[in-house]
Amino acid sequence: MSTDKVDRRVDHSFHFESSIHEHESGKQGVWLFMATEVMMFGALFTAYFMYRGKYFESWVEGGALLDWKMGAINTVVLLFSSFTMALAVRETQLGNNKKALKLVVVTTICAFAFLVIKYFEYSGKIHHGLFPSEAMWNYDAQTSNLRLFMVVYFIMTGLHGIHILIGIVLMFWLMKRLKNEEFSKDYYTAVEGVGLYWHIVDLIWIYLFPLMYLI
Amino acid sequence: MSDHHVMPFKTNLIIFLSLIFLTVLTVYTAKFVDLGTGNIILAMFIATIKISLVLAYFMHLKGDDNMNKVIIFSSFCFIALLAGICYSDLFFR
Repeated sequence: MSTDKVDRRVDHSFHFESSIHEHESGKQGVWLFMATEVMMFGALFTAYFMYRGKYFESWVEGGALLDWKMGAINTVVLLFSSFTMALAVRETQLGNNKKALKLVVVTTICAFAFLVIKYFEYSGKIHHGLFPSEAMWNYDAQTSNLRLFMVVYFIMTGLHGIHILIGIVLMFWLMKRLKNEEFSKDYYTAVEGVGLYWHIVDLIWIYLFPLMYLI
Repeated sequence: MSDHHVMPFKTNLIIFLSLIFLTVLTVYTAKFVDLGTGNIILAMFIATIKISLVLAYFMHLKGDDNMNKVIIFSSFCFIALLAGICYSDLFFR
Protein backbone atom coordinates (compact mmCIF):
# COMPACT_ATOMS: atom_id res chain seq x y z
CA MET A 1 0.00 0.00 0.00
CA SER A 2 1.33 3.38 -0.93
CA THR A 3 0.23 6.93 -0.21
CA ASP A 4 1.68 8.19 -3.50
CA LYS A 5 -0.77 9.72 -5.95
CA VAL A 6 -2.08 6.93 -8.17
CA ASP A 7 -2.37 7.21 -11.95
CA ARG A 8 -6.08 6.49 -12.14
CA ARG A 9 -5.87 5.75 -15.86
CA VAL A 10 -4.31 2.41 -15.00
CA ASP A 11 -4.86 1.94 -11.28
CA HIS A 12 -7.41 2.66 -8.58
CA SER A 13 -7.02 4.37 -5.19
CA PHE A 14 -5.93 1.95 -2.49
CA HIS A 15 -9.11 2.29 -0.44
CA PHE A 16 -11.25 0.85 -3.25
CA GLU A 17 -11.46 -2.77 -4.36
CA SER A 18 -11.26 -2.01 -8.07
CA SER A 19 -11.55 0.85 -10.53
CA ILE A 20 -15.20 -0.17 -11.10
CA HIS A 21 -15.82 0.16 -7.37
CA GLU A 22 -14.12 3.57 -7.33
CA HIS A 23 -16.07 4.78 -10.36
CA GLU A 24 -19.45 3.59 -9.03
CA SER A 25 -18.83 5.20 -5.62
CA GLY A 26 -17.92 8.54 -7.18
CA LYS A 27 -20.93 8.41 -9.47
CA GLN A 28 -23.26 7.62 -6.58
CA GLY A 29 -21.99 10.75 -4.82
CA VAL A 30 -22.90 12.82 -7.87
CA TRP A 31 -26.38 11.25 -7.95
CA LEU A 32 -26.89 12.20 -4.28
CA PHE A 33 -25.93 15.78 -5.18
CA MET A 34 -28.38 15.65 -8.11
CA ALA A 35 -31.16 14.60 -5.70
CA THR A 36 -30.50 17.74 -3.61
CA GLU A 37 -30.61 19.84 -6.80
CA VAL A 38 -33.97 18.35 -7.76
CA MET A 39 -35.33 19.07 -4.27
CA MET A 40 -34.04 22.67 -4.27
CA PHE A 41 -35.72 23.46 -7.57
CA GLY A 42 -38.71 21.34 -6.54
CA ALA A 43 -39.43 23.75 -3.68
CA LEU A 44 -39.39 26.65 -6.16
CA PHE A 45 -41.71 24.80 -8.54
CA THR A 46 -44.05 24.19 -5.60
CA ALA A 47 -44.08 27.96 -4.96
CA TYR A 48 -44.73 28.58 -8.66
CA PHE A 49 -47.80 26.30 -8.67
CA MET A 50 -49.14 27.66 -5.37
CA TYR A 51 -49.11 31.26 -6.57
CA ARG A 52 -50.32 30.21 -10.01
CA GLY A 53 -53.36 28.66 -8.35
CA LYS A 54 -53.97 31.73 -6.20
CA TYR A 55 -53.23 34.52 -8.71
CA PHE A 56 -53.98 32.89 -12.04
CA GLU A 57 -54.69 36.20 -13.89
CA SER A 58 -51.26 37.59 -13.02
CA TRP A 59 -49.63 34.40 -14.25
CA VAL A 60 -51.42 34.71 -17.58
CA GLU A 61 -50.38 38.38 -17.89
CA GLY A 62 -46.78 37.64 -16.89
CA GLY A 63 -46.43 34.66 -19.21
CA ALA A 64 -47.65 36.73 -22.15
CA LEU A 65 -44.96 39.36 -21.43
CA LEU A 66 -42.17 36.82 -21.92
CA ASP A 67 -40.81 36.14 -25.39
CA TRP A 68 -41.59 32.46 -25.99
CA LYS A 69 -39.54 32.42 -29.22
CA MET A 70 -36.37 33.28 -27.29
CA GLY A 71 -37.29 30.63 -24.72
CA ALA A 72 -37.79 28.06 -27.49
CA ILE A 73 -34.41 28.88 -29.06
CA ASN A 74 -32.78 28.50 -25.64
CA THR A 75 -34.50 25.14 -25.17
CA VAL A 76 -33.05 23.86 -28.45
CA VAL A 77 -29.59 25.25 -27.56
CA LEU A 78 -29.68 23.50 -24.19
CA LEU A 79 -30.96 20.19 -25.62
CA PHE A 80 -28.18 20.28 -28.22
CA SER A 81 -25.58 20.95 -25.50
CA SER A 82 -26.93 17.95 -23.57
CA PHE A 83 -26.54 15.84 -26.71
CA THR A 84 -22.90 16.92 -27.22
CA MET A 85 -22.19 16.35 -23.51
CA ALA A 86 -23.60 12.81 -23.76
CA LEU A 87 -21.34 12.24 -26.79
CA ALA A 88 -18.34 13.66 -24.88
CA VAL A 89 -18.93 11.10 -22.10
CA ARG A 90 -19.19 8.40 -24.76
CA GLU A 91 -15.90 9.36 -26.42
CA THR A 92 -14.13 9.45 -23.04
CA GLN A 93 -15.49 5.97 -22.29
CA LEU A 94 -13.93 4.83 -25.56
CA GLY A 95 -10.63 6.44 -24.56
CA ASN A 96 -10.70 9.28 -27.14
CA ASN A 97 -9.68 12.28 -25.01
CA LYS A 98 -9.15 14.54 -28.04
CA LYS A 99 -12.59 13.93 -29.56
CA ALA A 100 -14.20 14.37 -26.15
CA LEU A 101 -12.34 17.68 -25.75
CA LYS A 102 -13.88 19.02 -28.97
CA LEU A 103 -17.36 17.98 -27.83
CA VAL A 104 -16.91 19.65 -24.44
CA VAL A 105 -15.85 22.84 -26.27
CA VAL A 106 -19.08 22.70 -28.34
CA THR A 107 -21.09 22.18 -25.13
CA THR A 108 -19.42 25.21 -23.56
CA ILE A 109 -20.16 27.37 -26.62
CA CYS A 110 -23.84 26.35 -26.30
CA ALA A 111 -23.76 27.29 -22.61
CA PHE A 112 -22.43 30.75 -23.48
CA ALA A 113 -25.05 31.11 -26.24
CA PHE A 114 -27.76 30.29 -23.69
CA LEU A 115 -26.48 33.01 -21.35
CA VAL A 116 -26.23 35.59 -24.16
CA ILE A 117 -29.88 34.98 -25.15
CA LYS A 118 -30.86 35.11 -21.48
CA TYR A 119 -29.00 38.43 -21.17
CA PHE A 120 -31.05 39.93 -24.00
CA GLU A 121 -34.26 38.67 -22.38
CA TYR A 122 -33.32 40.04 -18.95
CA SER A 123 -32.20 43.43 -20.28
CA GLY A 124 -35.47 43.72 -22.24
CA LYS A 125 -37.49 43.03 -19.09
CA ILE A 126 -35.42 45.46 -17.01
CA HIS A 127 -35.67 48.11 -19.75
CA HIS A 128 -39.47 47.85 -19.65
CA GLY A 129 -39.46 48.30 -15.88
CA LEU A 130 -40.43 44.69 -15.16
CA PHE A 131 -37.58 43.88 -12.78
CA PRO A 132 -39.28 43.46 -9.39
CA SER A 133 -37.44 46.33 -7.70
CA GLU A 134 -38.69 49.79 -6.65
CA ALA A 135 -38.95 50.71 -10.34
CA MET A 136 -41.69 48.14 -10.92
CA TRP A 137 -44.21 50.09 -8.83
CA ASN A 138 -44.41 52.47 -11.81
CA TYR A 139 -45.27 49.66 -14.22
CA ASP A 140 -48.84 49.76 -15.46
CA ALA A 141 -49.81 46.19 -14.56
CA GLN A 142 -53.26 44.90 -15.55
CA THR A 143 -53.47 42.54 -12.59
CA SER A 144 -52.51 43.07 -8.96
CA ASN A 145 -49.88 40.35 -8.56
CA LEU A 146 -47.76 40.70 -11.69
CA ARG A 147 -44.84 41.69 -9.47
CA LEU A 148 -45.02 38.31 -7.73
CA PHE A 149 -44.84 36.54 -11.10
CA MET A 150 -41.74 38.53 -12.02
CA VAL A 151 -40.15 37.65 -8.64
CA VAL A 152 -40.76 33.95 -9.27
CA TYR A 153 -39.53 34.29 -12.88
CA PHE A 154 -36.28 36.05 -11.98
CA ILE A 155 -35.50 33.79 -9.01
CA MET A 156 -36.13 30.53 -10.90
CA THR A 157 -34.44 31.45 -14.18
CA GLY A 158 -31.72 33.31 -12.25
CA LEU A 159 -30.87 30.29 -10.12
CA HIS A 160 -30.91 28.17 -13.27
CA GLY A 161 -28.57 30.70 -14.94
CA ILE A 162 -26.15 30.46 -12.00
CA HIS A 163 -26.13 26.69 -12.55
CA ILE A 164 -25.19 27.27 -16.19
CA LEU A 165 -22.31 29.51 -15.05
CA ILE A 166 -21.07 26.85 -12.62
CA GLY A 167 -21.39 24.31 -15.44
CA ILE A 168 -19.13 26.46 -17.66
CA VAL A 169 -16.47 26.59 -14.91
CA LEU A 170 -16.67 22.78 -14.53
CA MET A 171 -16.33 22.32 -18.29
CA PHE A 172 -13.17 24.46 -18.43
CA TRP A 173 -11.78 22.16 -15.74
CA LEU A 174 -12.72 19.15 -17.92
CA MET A 175 -11.09 20.75 -20.98
CA LYS A 176 -7.81 21.14 -19.10
CA ARG A 177 -7.88 17.52 -17.96
CA LEU A 178 -8.95 16.17 -21.37
CA LYS A 179 -6.16 18.18 -23.01
CA ASN A 180 -3.68 16.46 -20.68
CA GLU A 181 -5.22 13.08 -21.61
CA GLU A 182 -5.93 12.31 -17.97
CA PHE A 183 -8.80 9.94 -18.74
CA SER A 184 -8.94 6.39 -20.03
CA LYS A 185 -11.42 3.58 -20.67
CA ASP A 186 -11.10 2.67 -17.01
CA TYR A 187 -11.19 6.18 -15.56
CA TYR A 188 -13.62 8.86 -16.70
CA THR A 189 -15.57 9.59 -13.49
CA ALA A 190 -15.07 13.37 -13.69
CA VAL A 191 -16.45 13.61 -17.24
CA GLU A 192 -19.47 11.49 -16.37
CA GLY A 193 -20.07 13.50 -13.16
CA VAL A 194 -20.04 16.86 -14.94
CA GLY A 195 -22.23 15.25 -17.62
CA LEU A 196 -24.82 14.25 -15.03
CA TYR A 197 -24.78 17.79 -13.60
CA TRP A 198 -25.23 19.29 -17.06
CA HIS A 199 -28.17 17.00 -17.85
CA ILE A 200 -29.87 18.01 -14.58
CA VAL A 201 -29.52 21.68 -15.58
CA ASP A 202 -31.18 20.74 -18.89
CA LEU A 203 -33.85 18.75 -17.07
CA ILE A 204 -34.86 21.75 -14.95
CA TRP A 205 -35.12 23.93 -18.05
CA ILE A 206 -37.41 21.33 -19.70
CA TYR A 207 -39.98 22.12 -16.96
CA LEU A 208 -39.19 25.86 -16.69
CA PHE A 209 -39.71 26.60 -20.38
CA PRO A 210 -43.38 25.60 -20.77
CA LEU A 211 -44.34 26.82 -17.29
CA MET A 212 -42.85 30.30 -17.73
CA TYR A 213 -43.21 31.03 -21.43
CA LEU A 214 -46.06 28.95 -22.80
CA ILE A 215 -48.95 28.53 -20.39
CA MET B 1 -13.62 -2.79 -18.91
CA SER B 2 -16.58 -5.08 -19.36
CA ASP B 3 -18.76 -3.48 -16.69
CA HIS B 4 -19.03 -0.11 -18.43
CA HIS B 5 -21.59 -0.08 -21.21
CA VAL B 6 -21.08 2.56 -23.89
CA MET B 7 -24.24 3.89 -25.52
CA PRO B 8 -24.10 3.85 -29.35
CA PHE B 9 -23.98 7.15 -31.25
CA LYS B 10 -27.25 6.26 -32.97
CA THR B 11 -29.14 5.94 -29.68
CA ASN B 12 -27.84 9.35 -28.55
CA LEU B 13 -28.98 10.88 -31.84
CA ILE B 14 -32.45 9.31 -31.67
CA ILE B 15 -32.93 10.60 -28.12
CA PHE B 16 -31.80 14.10 -29.13
CA LEU B 17 -34.17 14.17 -32.13
CA SER B 18 -37.06 12.86 -29.98
CA LEU B 19 -36.41 15.66 -27.47
CA ILE B 20 -36.49 18.27 -30.25
CA PHE B 21 -39.70 16.76 -31.65
CA LEU B 22 -41.34 16.83 -28.20
CA THR B 23 -40.25 20.47 -27.75
CA VAL B 24 -41.93 21.41 -31.03
CA LEU B 25 -45.01 19.47 -29.92
CA THR B 26 -45.04 21.34 -26.58
CA VAL B 27 -44.85 24.75 -28.28
CA TYR B 28 -47.47 23.82 -30.88
CA THR B 29 -50.04 22.41 -28.44
CA ALA B 30 -49.53 25.19 -25.89
CA LYS B 31 -49.62 28.09 -28.34
CA PHE B 32 -51.99 27.02 -31.09
CA VAL B 33 -54.36 24.45 -29.57
CA ASP B 34 -56.75 25.69 -26.91
CA LEU B 35 -57.53 22.99 -24.37
CA GLY B 36 -58.20 25.25 -21.39
CA THR B 37 -56.81 23.67 -18.23
CA GLY B 38 -55.85 20.70 -20.39
CA ASN B 39 -52.96 22.72 -21.84
CA ILE B 40 -50.91 22.77 -18.65
CA ILE B 41 -51.59 19.10 -17.97
CA LEU B 42 -50.51 18.17 -21.50
CA ALA B 43 -47.38 20.39 -21.30
CA MET B 44 -46.37 18.80 -17.98
CA PHE B 45 -47.06 15.33 -19.37
CA ILE B 46 -44.79 15.95 -22.38
CA ALA B 47 -42.10 17.50 -20.13
CA THR B 48 -42.21 14.38 -17.94
CA ILE B 49 -41.68 12.15 -21.00
CA LYS B 50 -38.73 14.38 -21.97
CA ILE B 51 -37.04 14.19 -18.57
CA SER B 52 -37.61 10.42 -18.51
CA LEU B 53 -35.68 10.17 -21.80
CA VAL B 54 -32.87 12.36 -20.45
CA LEU B 55 -32.67 10.39 -17.18
CA ALA B 56 -32.83 6.96 -18.82
CA TYR B 57 -30.48 7.52 -21.77
CA PHE B 58 -28.34 10.66 -21.48
CA MET B 59 -27.80 10.06 -17.76
CA HIS B 60 -27.47 6.28 -18.30
CA LEU B 61 -29.99 5.45 -15.59
CA LYS B 62 -31.29 2.60 -17.76
CA GLY B 63 -29.15 -0.37 -16.84
CA ASP B 64 -27.51 1.61 -14.03
CA ASP B 65 -27.09 0.69 -10.39
CA ASN B 66 -30.52 0.41 -8.69
CA MET B 67 -29.28 2.58 -5.82
CA ASN B 68 -28.90 5.59 -8.15
CA LYS B 69 -32.46 5.07 -9.39
CA VAL B 70 -33.75 5.00 -5.81
CA ILE B 71 -31.79 8.16 -4.92
CA ILE B 72 -33.21 10.27 -7.74
CA PHE B 73 -36.71 8.78 -7.47
CA SER B 74 -36.82 9.56 -3.74
CA SER B 75 -36.05 13.23 -4.44
CA PHE B 76 -39.14 13.40 -6.66
CA CYS B 77 -41.18 11.71 -3.91
CA PHE B 78 -40.11 14.37 -1.40
CA ILE B 79 -41.25 17.13 -3.79
CA ALA B 80 -44.61 15.37 -4.15
CA LEU B 81 -44.87 15.29 -0.34
CA LEU B 82 -44.01 19.00 -0.04
CA ALA B 83 -46.34 20.02 -2.86
CA GLY B 84 -49.18 17.78 -1.64
CA ILE B 85 -49.15 19.18 1.89
CA CYS B 86 -48.85 22.80 0.63
CA TYR B 87 -51.72 22.49 -1.84
CA SER B 88 -54.03 20.67 0.55
CA ASP B 89 -53.48 23.55 2.99
CA LEU B 90 -53.92 26.26 0.36
CA PHE B 91 -56.96 24.95 -1.49
CA PHE B 92 -58.92 22.90 1.08
CA ARG B 93 -58.54 24.99 4.21
